[in-house]
Amino acid sequence: MIDMRIQICGVEFKNPVIAASGTFGFGRENAEYFPLSKLGGISSKGLTLNKKDGNRGTRIYETASGIMNSIGLQNPGIDGFIKDELPFMEKQDTIILANVGGSTLDEYIVSVDKLNDTNIDMIELNISCPNVKEGGMAFGIKAKTAYEVVAAVREICRKPLIVKLSPNAENMMEMAESCAKAGADGLSLVNTFNALAIDIYSRKPVFNNITAGLSGPCIKPIALRMVYEVSKAVDIPIIGLGGIMDHEDAIEFIMAGAHCIQVGTANFIEPTISMDIVDGIAKFMKDEGIKSLDEIRGVI
Amino acid sequence: MKQGYRRGIVHTNIQLATDVYEMKLMPHGDNNRDTSLRIEDRLGFQGNPGQFYMLRGWQLDPLLARPISICNISNGMVTFLYEVVGKGTRMMSELKAGDTLELLGPLGTGFDLELGGRLALISGGAGMAPLIYLKNRLENDMDFYCGFQSEPYYIDEIEKGVDNIYITTEDGSAGHRGFVTELFTPERYDTVITCGPTPMMKEIVKICGKHDIPVYMSMESHMACGIGTCLGCTVETTSGILRVCREGPVQLGKEVVFDD
Repeated sequence: MIDMRIQICGVEFKNPVIAASGTFGFGRENAEYFPLSKLGGISSKGLTLNKKDGNRGTRIYETASGIMNSIGLQNPGIDGFIKDELPFMEKQDTIILANVGGSTLDEYIVSVDKLNDTNIDMIELNISCPNVKEGGMAFGIKAKTAYEVVAAVREICRKPLIVKLSPNAENMMEMAESCAKAGADGLSLVNTFNALAIDIYSRKPVFNNITAGLSGPCIKPIALRMVYEVSKAVDIPIIGLGGIMDHEDAIEFIMAGAHCIQVGTANFIEPTISMDIVDGIAKFMKDEGIKSLDEIRGVI
Repeated sequence: MKQGYRRGIVHTNIQLATDVYEMKLMPHGDNNRDTSLRIEDRLGFQGNPGQFYMLRGWQLDPLLARPISICNISNGMVTFLYEVVGKGTRMMSELKAGDTLELLGPLGTGFDLELGGRLALISGGAGMAPLIYLKNRLENDMDFYCGFQSEPYYIDEIEKGVDNIYITTEDGSAGHRGFVTELFTPERYDTVITCGPTPMMKEIVKICGKHDIPVYMSMESHMACGIGTCLGCTVETTSGILRVCREGPVQLGKEVVFDD
């Protein structure tokens, strides 16, 4: 009997597959294509204290084996999320991660405090969105700054706390250790890589913000290396992500040391892909005679 | 449940003009036998005028599928009219009869089919595609204004069922030399429907605004997902930020806030 269940940070996931923040909205659209109860969990679109309309100009740009995005955290705000989106998510029989960004320490604290009294299962603290000041990447570059925000949020947060790391951090290992020391229950990595594209005919950057976040299969080998290194450096559970396109990629992340994985850009390529990855992992386990993912986690 | 990407078979893929192609697709036989599909999806392609499909005639390079508007659906066979603008559409143009490709759809919100009165349909280039499907489904009195850069194409299809056809070309190779906006007389119509380059649609919205004539426009945008989750194709409107792929592609022109 294959057991895909996994418990991290006191929360039980029915399987290790989580839809990544910003690639799945609040689940409404994908729910038209498959039952969301098939998933281990869903991480909400990145939330800020106040509603945001997002960035102007080009928001999505395709590149070789990847996409660059500069959406700018378009979201309904924490109150809008709690009122209009969370009731839908609560009905889906899957773990709910609320992804929270902020531009100031206070904003993070007020947002998390509002979520304390809801039925979300976990907070995923976003200190890694590269596209807006409010995304918090400023907090995700230096380990010392990250320590301060995570410690302050930890103090008031009554939900399990995952910190989502930016691969743009000065030093990933120090960053991970700082977040763990500050009280994070787990880490998710990696968010998008800061990147640049230029329109050579207008002689201008493609994006109004000049740089944008790169995701997709082109970042997978780097993300995998980071997950491997960080999982050796800290004792808290890791959620691995970065360019996972199929169940084989997902299993690589688990073998690199991840407890759960997130599927991001691939959701744009095929709306049922997250479910397909769950099924693919189950088939792989059956074919390989694996009874629990504990057998292969961090096996390399 | 809606289905994810499914296969279609190229019936014909014909070049109409420089970089403009017409592709007709049949449902793949697998669909007929797949009892998990809704009966209507097993029978053939579905969709209303203004809706679109995401098309992918390759594996993961390019990474994303391409949004293409429905140009017609007849007996379960879907017709797309598309312009080669980059790597993806170039690869589509190289497909031959019998090749397969993957499709997701129909997607988006199309035209209101209950439009009354006399209609003007105004297209620029391959923007004619959703307007052709629309007029094929309507019985109103209609005039079709079609603007081209150079050589006109698909005139046989445009003519069917319309009262008058007005052709303009920027280089004067056929019809009126100049832009469709110069030929168009708004006061003759109850409703105007347009699809084409944004500057053209913006001008039409402006002209019709003066006469208080409603304009529906079908917008184009780069998209990643096509279903409303990536938020890459948004447009600013008087009622907030809307997704071209979901609340659009059809929008009431006066509500759209155009970028300058």
